[in-house]
Amino acid sequence: MRFQLSDDQRALKAGVRELLDGRFGRVALRAAVDAPGRLDRELWRALGDAGFFALRLPEADGGVGLGLPEAVLVFEEAGRALLPGPLVATHLAAGSVPGAATGETVVTAVDGELVEWLDAADVVSGDASDAVPLRSVDPLTPLHRIPAACAAAAPGRRRRETRPAARAGTGAAGPDGCLAGLLTAAEQLGTAVRVQELAVQHARTREQFGQPIGAFQAVKHLCADLLVRAETARVAVYAAAVTGDAADIAAARLLADEAAVRGARDCLQVHGGMGFTWEADVHLHLKRAWVRARRAGGSTESEELLAGRLVV
Amino acid sequence: MELSYSPQEEEFRARLREWLAKVLPTLPPKPSPGDWPARRAYDLGWQRMLYDAGYADVHWDASPTTRLIFLEETERAGAPYVGANFVGLLHAGPTIAAEGTPAQRARWLPPVLRGEEVWCQGFSEPGAGSDLAALRTRAWRDGDDYVVTGSKIWTSHAEVADWCELLVRTDPQAPRHRGITWLALPMDADGVTVRPLGTLAGSAEFAEVFLDEVRVPAANRVGAENDGWRVTMVTLSFERGTAFVGEVVACRRVLTELASAARENGRWDDPVLRRRLGRLEAEFRALWRLTQWNVSEAEASGGVPGVGGSVFKLRYSHARQDLYDTAADVLGPAALDLDQSWVLDRLSSLSYTIAAGTSQIQRNIVAERILGLPKGR
Ligand SMILES: Cc1cc2nc3c(=O)[nH]c(=O)nc-3n(C[C@H](O)[C@H](O)[C@H](O)COP(=O)(O)OP(=O)(O)OC[C@H]3O[C@@H](n4cnc5c(N)ncnc54)[C@H](O)[C@@H]3O)c2cc1C
Repeated sequence: MRFQLSDDQRALKAGVRELLDGRFGRVALRAAVDAPGRLDRELWRALGDAGFFALRLPEADGGVGLGLPEAVLVFEEAGRALLPGPLVATHLAAGSVPGAATGETVVTAVDGELVEWLDAADVVSGDASDAVPLRSVDPLTPLHRIPAACAAAAPGRRRRETRPAARAGTGAAGPDGCLAGLLTAAEQLGTAVRVQELAVQHARTREQFGQPIGAFQAVKHLCADLLVRAETARVAVYAAAVTGDAADIAAARLLADEAAVRGARDCLQVHGGMGFTWEADVHLHLKRAWVRARRAGGSTESEELLAGRLVV
Repeated sequence: MELSYSPQEEEFRARLREWLAKVLPTLPPKPSPGDWPARRAYDLGWQRMLYDAGYADVHWDASPTTRLIFLEETERAGAPYVGANFVGLLHAGPTIAAEGTPAQRARWLPPVLRGEEVWCQGFSEPGAGSDLAALRTRAWRDGDDYVVTGSKIWTSHAEVADWCELLVRTDPQAPRHRGITWLALPMDADGVTVRPLGTLAGSAEFAEVFLDEVRVPAANRVGAENDGWRVTMVTLSFERGTAFVGEVVACRRVLTELASAARENGRWDDPVLRRRLGRLEAEFRALWRLTQWNVSEAEASGGVPGVGGSVFKLRYSHARQDLYDTAADVLGPAALDLDQSWVLDRLSSLSYTIAAGTSQIQRNIVAERILGLPKGR
């Protein structure tokens, strides 16, 4: 039985972490928070140069020729770094939308009632003509809403051209929707791992009552649960990347969403008052985890899909 | 990223499957849970069949993957569980194999493999549960014997065991972990009294064991005197991530059974219940992947057990309890009927967060040994 990363995959993961540390470190992250809605095109092209979007395209088509497992590792790192932008949609559009693979073209997709990064994107996949901006809870993800039923009555609604080239198959239900779910799960995994590290770091160094708070069991057990959730999500995400099976992906989604959302909350708790500040990064992880958890039907769809598998 | 079995491993699986299909129909009917002598005979009979077919030592000699496949396939096929052979095969046996003298291995191992002798585990005491090193059962050296006085509790299978792996205190003056010794106690020795304890499920799975000046030959000591704690740690780490393989497979089967039951009684139409079942399916899929990951790591590190076991145990014990709580939702009013097998399973699942290290202790282990947080008091 072999279930592990290859040396090349470990190297890829380390390489992406290094790239993101350099191009999107803490200072860049906080600068992005202070300038909401602005997509750093230079960074986007750098990601393109690094093969972020062309990763799974065949080498003959100018791609990197790697597979889903590698994509998952890269998106885990992106999630960990809180990298902003419609990364999943652009990655999935590489090969069908000109310029997406290289990072020249920024592609976003309508996902149910929500669209991320609509104003910044060059191409929208799906019909966003009725989209209305909303004040996004996540400072790093501008959002529009497409009111399903009351679209016609919505005040201030705006029309927008949808480019036909990008129309195909990014709906939540299609195979691309499935892949979007997996890449989202990978990003959630990145957050889950990161908030576990942040919580443990803080628990080791912050002292109260004359000892590191990590010596208190109530804190220690929060940290242990953070690890258990992150590691369980990790194997679910990695296995789904290998099998590509829709049910495995749904399972990965559920576990990774839980690990990210609950993990970020527990991390906030471990940080005490500091966790409630704008200054600490914890809230950025929680808010992003909330946004990602809504993608592609959220948990309802995954749970129903898995329940369906139980009766076939 | 790889997630695969080698051709040899697949070949082992195929051969095992074929054998199981042939022999399982020849097994006698399962004895009732309350009939201990029959259960003992049944479990030993199955072990004998494994022995004759060359599978008896799969827990000891085989690679972690072979063990994984063995446990997965036997559970899938509905073969008997290790049952009364648990301690002999998974605890005492491996300890003797690793730490015993040639004479001790020759005396105790073959009868375990052939399904002739049953072992139990005498570790816990009334005053020493989570804090095992607090154990107080005393043993004095007297000539060629140790004389043992004290009591053990929660000893599973004590009623039908021939031998007990017993932890005793041989040096009360030494620091707690340094005065403990591992002995093989014959359960029929003079001065051994077994008193069954009823469980909340109404069965008698475990017992109290009273030891009143019991003479145990010094030749029954495995490892050096006062070195029993180290010997014990060897034992406790033996399962290498494969301890719950069969159970995870079983839980996944129960889940599909719950889904069909829910379809039959109409509860499937309740989206809340349906989604809960879907989430459990995600949970057990992930636990299966975690098992494979841990086995793969054990394989890569030459069988040295990792810390992944604690992560797994924590998550699994709670998932199993969720599973049977959900079963209760599916059953509706029948959830209060002891004649429903899921109701008994629900009751026994309550021990999962306690036995073999409580969830609180597992969290301490994860936090201190994996995450490096400071030891508390
Ligand atoms: C079904 C079953 C079968 C068993 N079979 C065997 C057997 O065959 N042989 C054998 O030797 N033993 C056996 N045991 C015993 C088992 O190992 C112990 O029950 C277990 O280790 C807990 O010890 P305890 O019962 O004394 O509880 P305690 O240690 O008294 O724990 C009580 C509560 O206090 C908590 N607690 C204790 N210490 C700490 C701490 N440091 N930090 C936080 N919380 C803490 C525990 O988590 C628990 O919630 C069996 C138990 C069960 C339930």
